[in-house]
Amino acid sequence: MFYLSDIGKYFIMIKMSFFKPSKWKVLRKLIFKEINDLIIESIPIVAILSFFIGAVISIQTALNLSSPFISKSLIGFATRQSVILEFAPTFMSIIMAGKVGSYITSSIGTMRVTEQIDALEVMGINPLNYLVFPKIVALLFYPFVITISMFVAIFGGFLAMTFAGVPSEAYISGIQMEFEPYHIVYAYIKTFLFAIILATVPSYHGFYMKGGALEVGKASTLSFVWTSIIIIVVNFIITQLLLS
Amino acid sequence: MIEIKNIIKSFNESTIVNNVSTTFLKGKTNLIIGQSGSGKTVLLKCLLGLHTPDSGEIIYDGVSNKKMNDSSKTLLRREMGMVFQGSALFDSMTVIENVMFPLTMLSDKNDEEIREKAEIAIQRVELEKAYDKLPSELSGGMQKRVAIARAIVMNPKYLFCDEPNSGLDPRTSIIIDKLIQEITKEFNITTIINSHDMNSVMEIGEKIIFLVDGEKNWEGTNKEIFKTTNQSVTDFVYSSELLKKVKKYL
Repeated sequence: MFYLSDIGKYFIMIKMSFFKPSKWKVLRKLIFKEINDLIIESIPIVAILSFFIGAVISIQTALNLSSPFISKSLIGFATRQSVILEFAPTFMSIIMAGKVGSYITSSIGTMRVTEQIDALEVMGINPLNYLVFPKIVALLFYPFVITISMFVAIFGGFLAMTFAGVPSEAYISGIQMEFEPYHIVYAYIKTFLFAIILATVPSYHGFYMKGGALEVGKASTLSFVWTSIIIIVVNFIITQLLLS
Repeated sequence: MIEIKNIIKSFNESTIVNNVSTTFLKGKTNLIIGQSGSGKTVLLKCLLGLHTPDSGEIIYDGVSNKKMNDSSKTLLRREMGMVFQGSALFDSMTVIENVMFPLTMLSDKNDEEIREKAEIAIQRVELEKAYDKLPSELSGGMQKRVAIARAIVMNPKYLFCDEPNSGLDPRTSIIIDKLIQEITKEFNITTIINSHDMNSVMEIGEKIIFLVDGEKNWEGTNKEIFKTTNQSVTDFVYSSELLKKVKKYL
């Protein structure tokens, strides 16, 4: 019963964030600020992680393809498939649940604790539209981050293989091998859903938190746990629906 | 003027505000006093519309809350100013941005007019030198003054203050109390203050209601409160050693 009421409250929160909109002039500023905080400022960490994980994927693949009868181009192929299908959309989203999610929960939670949300309500402003809606819009640009992650990870794999002495032509032909455009569609459908989850689940935990400063930390942790679980479950469902 | 009739508000089967009726007068500072947990904040939040009473009626200048739809409730909220216990200033905004905020969000004025109105409100609370400071750079008393400026910038008909003196030294408390009283007279607004500070009661308590366990126990003025024979009120008023000694000389 407890979880059912939470799920209901979560969907009502999403619905309410589109109602009683603030002035466009104000919302536009907030959206740009959120794009900067949630998207632009995430690019460096995403790029660093993607580069090294792409490199590690290719090294581990190469390690398992030691037979001279197996083409080296398979390293590029395996790296591309791992990165596009799973690493960039799903695991990068779980990492982002830690970075972006805890930022969202703690910023909204602090506003709740310090009565800033009550102040918005007293002024007759819809706090959900003011706080959550710009985050949802900003995270619609999340596929852009994942695109960067895909490219950088594949490039990381390329550099790792170059240093390991694998011919670059083999790696490049591998990443072009049996390319299935539908896999890109699948990856972006997942990314879009994860973006919505990343914007709304942490917002829910921040907006409805109760208590003081200590509870802000607890809410951030809880938000990370739930965002990760929901991403993994949604990933399974989407994969079943689109790839099985 | 705000009239409340038989307000009841419960949470999880525990009645926090129980059958409270009174009238808060226009142009006067009305105080709701009582011990912590007596239901002051819940009653104030009912008046603000942040809580919906389980039963009873709140009449704002002749208009009952029962006859209001969502849009008229929104319009009513725009006529309310609120000073929160912890000031509730927006951390990421400067003083001038905090005061401009309600106008930016709710009025059709252009940026210059908004800034001009915000500057007048800030000048009224004597914080001209702090325009571009962030709330974290201000003292508790200054933050309260910014909160008052933000509350009055929309020319509200009703001003609500939740323990405006909490965390302030006695001298600053009196300055804040006086400022609220001056603004109440100047703008002829209905001001309702939650407090358990006896200094406020003595200084600005033009109308006082005393709550005990969510029920109205006593009602009167700051002149009457020291003469009452109501045991709960005298226990509350003379709870400090200092006031007990003062009482001996009264």
